[in-house]
Amino acid sequence: MGNKKPESKEVEQYKQFEKNFETKRPVFKNCLKAFLVGGFICMIGQAITYFYIYFFSFTEQTAGNPTVATMVFISMLLTGFGVYDRLGQFAGAGSAVPVTGFGNAVISAAIEHRTEGFVLGVGGNLFKLAGSVVLFGVFSAFVVALIKTILIKLGAI
Amino acid sequence: MLKGKQSWIFNNRPVIAATGVTGGPFEANGRLSSDFDVLFDDLWMAEDSYEKAHRHLLEVAANTAFEKEGVTADDVQFMIAGDLINQITPTSIAARQLKVPYLGIFGACSTSMEGLALASFFVNYGGGNYILTGATSHNAAVEKQFRYPTEYGGQKPPTAQWTVTGSGVALVKANEGKDSGKPVTTSATIGKVIDLGLTDPFNMGGAMSPAAADTILAHFKDLEIDPSYYDLIVTGDLGKIGHETTFGLLEKEGLPIKREQFKDCGMLIYHEDQPAQSGGSGAGCSATVLYGHLLNEMKKRVYKRILVVATGALLSPLTVQQNETIPCIAHAVSIEMNE
Repeated sequence: MGNKKPESKEVEQYKQFEKNFETKRPVFKNCLKAFLVGGFICMIGQAITYFYIYFFSFTEQTAGNPTVATMVFISMLLTGFGVYDRLGQFAGAGSAVPVTGFGNAVISAAIEHRTEGFVLGVGGNLFKLAGSVVLFGVFSAFVVALIKTILIKLGAI
Repeated sequence: MLKGKQSWIFNNRPVIAATGVTGGPFEANGRLSSDFDVLFDDLWMAEDSYEKAHRHLLEVAANTAFEKEGVTADDVQFMIAGDLINQITPTSIAARQLKVPYLGIFGACSTSMEGLALASFFVNYGGGNYILTGATSHNAAVEKQFRYPTEYGGQKPPTAQWTVTGSGVALVKANEGKDSGKPVTTSATIGKVIDLGLTDPFNMGGAMSPAAADTILAHFKDLEIDPSYYDLIVTGDLGKIGHETTFGLLEKEGLPIKREQFKDCGMLIYHEDQPAQSGGSGAGCSATVLYGHLLNEMKKRVYKRILVVATGALLSPLTVQQNETIPCIAHAVSIEMNE
């Protein structure tokens, strides 16, 4: 890894040649679809937040947790019924970036490896895709918190 | 008999006596559904894992071929087959069930023609009266190994391809001179591993094109014939992008090949409106299309001579993650109608 050899002329030429025949990703259309679907998912999330604030004793600060749990639960059902992957093909980042995408990554891996048993199959592979999100999410939160703490101790904030 | 650098001529013209072709629900909705012998309407096929369903596809295909020819597994000397799953276990386990002496082969999606070339070679030299050969893939089992979980909502680019759920097998039989009206294999060209530096596993067609072009060019050079000899030159699973690229490469090399005689199994198998992106792929793609659709067309005399060039990307999930480029291969077998 890392030590890339300089490419031969033949390889260079073929890559150029092959590019002419590739169907390009429709980037603008994909962005638009991602924006609309992503926005729609977030709108549902917002509605659920208001639901928890008005009908239960949650505040704007505390309603986040039950909202996320509900959204993940919905995405779990959609994954199980085989709908979410179709939505994903249509929406791209629009359905991958919100928390529902995280739910989908976890649940799809669980379904996939169910035939290998609960412990080594489901348990061992549950975070196959989502694991690095959890790891690097926690780690970057730690780094940011560390920087903030140091700045406070130094009296900068 | 060796001809040229890397081709065999089968002077005894081994017969493709019978074939068995099975498919899944996505293929049942495809363009060639009427050419399948057995179609399953569920990916599980009444098994409790996709890997078991995978091997079920092969067992049913093999038994269909036996039935059509009126033979049993006891009459078959060897089985030469493979698939895409780790250590080709679905094929090996099917061979355990069939109790036929077995040679497992791996050539990724070129397995079908690797098997047919070897089976023809064996039969041609009296190595067996009946040899079973074929290739199988199962969409969910293969995607699980090579890509994300099937229900994961990742977006596939337009260069991606859809793994065929299906198994195509053929019973290759020694030619006793009384098999008119059956297809025979007449020559084969074994391909080299070629890698022109592409790394995107979602663009296998582009990666495999140089291998396909190399084998096709070698075939015509070795046999000292030109493309007009064949009614159809069909590649395995290049998809739209690979098909165009390969045609471009062949034109650049000055091969007098016509656009209408050059097709791709991956582009034949599904309807335009099915979400297969660039086309079908997988070991079962060329196997089901050839042993089902194309041989049926030959029996209807639509084609008299065809050259089947099955292409394979010899990558693994490990090599992709370690940023290796994709080594590719293609094997060609020439099939003619025995009049």
